[in-house]
Amino acid sequence: MGKILYVQPEKCTGCRTCELTCSFLHTGEFNPLRSRISVVSFEKEGFFYPAVCQQCSPAPCMMVCPTGAISRNASTGAMEVNHEICIRCKMCMIACPFGATFYDERANQIIKCDLCGGDPACVKMCRGEALSFSSLNPAVGSKKRAAAAKIKEVLEEVR
Amino acid sequence: MYGWMGKVLRVNLTSGTITKEDLNPELLHNYIGARGLGTKIFCDEVDPKVEPLSEENKVIFMTGPLTGTLASSGSRYNVVTKGVLNGTIAASNSGGSFGPELKYAGYDGVIIEGKAKEPVYLWINDEHVELRSASHLWGADVVTTVDTIKGETDEEAKVACIGPAGENLVKFACIMNEYNRAAGRSGVGAVLGFKQLKAIAVRGTGGIKVADREGFKNAALDARKKLKEHPVTGSGLAAYGTNVLINILNEHGGLPVKNFSEAAVFPNAEKISGEYQAEKYLVRNKGCFGCSIACGRVTRIKEGPFKSLGEGPEYEATWAFGANLGIDDFEAISKANFLCNELGLDPITMGGTLACAVEMVQKGIIPRDKADLNWGDGAMLVEMVRKTAYREGFGDELAEGSYRLAEKYGHPEFSMTVKKQELPAYDPRGQQGIGLEYATSNRGGCHVRGYMTSPEVLGVPEKVDPDATEGKPELLKLFQDLTALVDSAGICLFTTFGIGLPEIAEQLRTATGLNISDEEYLKAGERIWNLERLFNLKAGFSKKDDTLPERLLKEPMKGGPHAGNVVKLDIMLPIYYQVRGWDENGVPTEEKLKELGLA
Repeated sequence: MGKILYVQPEKCTGCRTCELTCSFLHTGEFNPLRSRISVVSFEKEGFFYPAVCQQCSPAPCMMVCPTGAISRNASTGAMEVNHEICIRCKMCMIACPFGATFYDERANQIIKCDLCGGDPACVKMCRGEALSFSSLNPAVGSKKRAAAAKIKEVLEEVR
Repeated sequence: MYGWMGKVLRVNLTSGTITKEDLNPELLHNYIGARGLGTKIFCDEVDPKVEPLSEENKVIFMTGPLTGTLASSGSRYNVVTKGVLNGTIAASNSGGSFGPELKYAGYDGVIIEGKAKEPVYLWINDEHVELRSASHLWGADVVTTVDTIKGETDEEAKVACIGPAGENLVKFACIMNEYNRAAGRSGVGAVLGFKQLKAIAVRGTGGIKVADREGFKNAALDARKKLKEHPVTGSGLAAYGTNVLINILNEHGGLPVKNFSEAAVFPNAEKISGEYQAEKYLVRNKGCFGCSIACGRVTRIKEGPFKSLGEGPEYEATWAFGANLGIDDFEAISKANFLCNELGLDPITMGGTLACAVEMVQKGIIPRDKADLNWGDGAMLVEMVRKTAYREGFGDELAEGSYRLAEKYGHPEFSMTVKKQELPAYDPRGQQGIGLEYATSNRGGCHVRGYMTSPEVLGVPEKVDPDATEGKPELLKLFQDLTALVDSAGICLFTTFGIGLPEIAEQLRTATGLNISDEEYLKAGERIWNLERLFNLKAGFSKKDDTLPERLLKEPMKGGPHAGNVVKLDIMLPIYYQVRGWDENGVPTEEKLKELGLA
C-alpha cells in the first residue's frame, strides 16, 4: 500500500493554514470554502479536526457515483473526480462518511483531496504536525507505541 | 483589487441604514489597512473632542490587506474609536478568525455610527447585511451570546461581541471574538455597550486574490520559514506560550510586583510560569487563523474551587493577576482570566486597578469596611473580577479604572497608568526604553506600540543595554513606526521577532501590487503614528501627558539586577521629540507634516 494522509487531531492548533494552502494552490485565491481540507472547530473546548478525504477502499463516493466520475489514481491512490462526466448530483457528498467531499460553488465542481498528485502541500505547511504523509503502518505504529507506553506507565505505577 | 477587498460597510445604528462604500485606492496606499486605514477614516469623520460615550463617536472595525491570506500570522483586525478609558485614539487589535471571515464576506471593514434605540446585533452574510434585535441577548455572557447568535445565523459564523462588562460601561471592557480572542484595551467594548450593539456576526464565502501569485507564495513561505527557525517564534512561544516571559522577565529583574511597589523580582515566579502551565494544565496549543506560531494555550484546571477550561492566561494576564497582586496560585489566575473572557474585560487594566486598590487598602487610604483586600488572595481576585463586570459593590469603583479610583481617594500617585491606561508587565526601571515607550504610546500605558523588551531583554534583533538611555529614542521611533505598519498590514506583531521590514514589505508588495520601497512602507507607519499623535493633541493631550507615574521616576528600584534605578525620562523625551521631527512641546513640525503628506 502507498502513502496515506494521516490526521492526528490532538495535535491540530486550529490555525487552518492547510485550508489557505489548499485553496491557493488549487484555485489561485484564499478561500476556505474552496479548500479540499476543512478544519472543524470546537472553539470552546479547544479541539480541532481537519476533515479530509481518507481515500477509502472500497470508496463509498465511487460506488454511489452514477456516472463513474470518481476513480482511484493508480500511482497516488487518491480518489479523483473527472469533472467532464460529473453531473454534480452530490451523491458522493452524501455518501462520504467523513463529510470530506465538498462542492465548490464558484467553480461548480465537486472537490476532494487529490493528494496534490502525490505530494500534499498542506502536510508541509502544518506546523503542529497534525498532518503527515507516510506509509500506513509506521504512522499508526507510532500511535500504537505511544498508547502502549501509557499503559506501561499505569501498570508500573500500580505494581 | 488585490489583497484589499476595496469595500466597507457603513452602519448607522440611529437610523438603521446600511450602505456599502468603495474605498479610495489612494487612501489604501497611504494608510495600508487595519490600524492605519481605520484611524485615517476615523480622523476624517470624527471630532477629536467628541465624548467617547456619545452618539457622535464612531467605531471602525478594519482588516489589513494581508488578513485572511497565507501571510505569516495574517489573522488580525483592529477596532478604532475614541477610547472610553482615557480619551486617546484607540486601536485595539485582535486575532482569531473574525477578521479573515469579514474579508471572505467581501469587506475590508465596518464603520459603526450612531446609537441604537434598543439592543441589536449586525449579521453580515456575504452581501446580505441586516440589523437584528439583541434584546434577548442583553445581559448574556460571551459564550451564551456567541452560541445563541450562531444558532440564529450560521454554525460557521464568526462572532465579535461584548459581554456584561461592555453593557455596564466598564471603562476597560473589551470586544471578544471566537470566545477567547480580544480587542482588549482602551475600553472599546464600552463604546459598543453605549451604542447598544451587542455583536457583529459574519459569514463569508468569497475569496481573496493577490497581485503576484508566485511572488506572494515565495514571500509568505520565506517569512514562515524564518518564523519557524527563530528561537522565539519557532520554539519559545510554541512550547510555553507568551508565559515563556515570566521566568525571563523575572530573571531580568523586570517583573513588576505588587503595583510596582517592590523590587521587580517575584519570589514564586516559577509557579506562574509558562513552564509550570505546560507541565500541569496545558491541553494543547492553539493558533489564530493562518498562524504558524500558535502561542495560544488551551488550559484546563481539573479540580478544586477554580475548576474550569478556557484559553490563556497569557503573559500579561498572568502577571496582572499574579505577581502584580502577589498571587502565586495559577489556578485562581486562570479562573480570573477565563472570567474576563466570558464577561468581556481587559485583564491588564483589571489587574492593575485591583493592585492599586489593594495597595490603598493596605495603606489605610481605602477603608477596610469598603473592601477588605489583601495581597496574595486568589479567591478575592476571582470575586472582584465578577463584581467589576456587573458593577456590584466595590466592583462599581473598580470598573472606573485605577486612575479615577485613586484620584477619588485623593492619591492618584498609586495609579500605575500613563494617560490613565494601566501599565503592562514590564517595570521600566529595569528597561529604560520601555519607559520611554509607555510615556509616548498613543493610547497610553501599553507595551505593543513599540516592544522595546525585544531588544532590551530578549536581544532581538540584537541586544541593547537595558539600563542605557543612549540610542533608545532612535530605536523606539523605528519600533513604533514598524509596529504601526505591521498593525496596518493585518499580521501579528509577534512575527517581528522572526522577520523584519524587508519580509513584511515583500508580502505587502506581492499581495497588493503596491510596488513601493521598504522605506516607503515604513514611512506609512510613521504617517500613521503622526496622525494618531495629531488626534491626541487636538483631543487635548499635550507634553505634560507624555510622562510616567511618579513612582517610576522618583522611587529607586528596591532590589534585583536594576536596584537603585529610576526611569530617566527627562533625558530621553526631548531627544525623542527631536528624532520624531516634533518641536520641544511634542507637536509635529510643519516640515514633518509636509514630508508625511499630513499638512
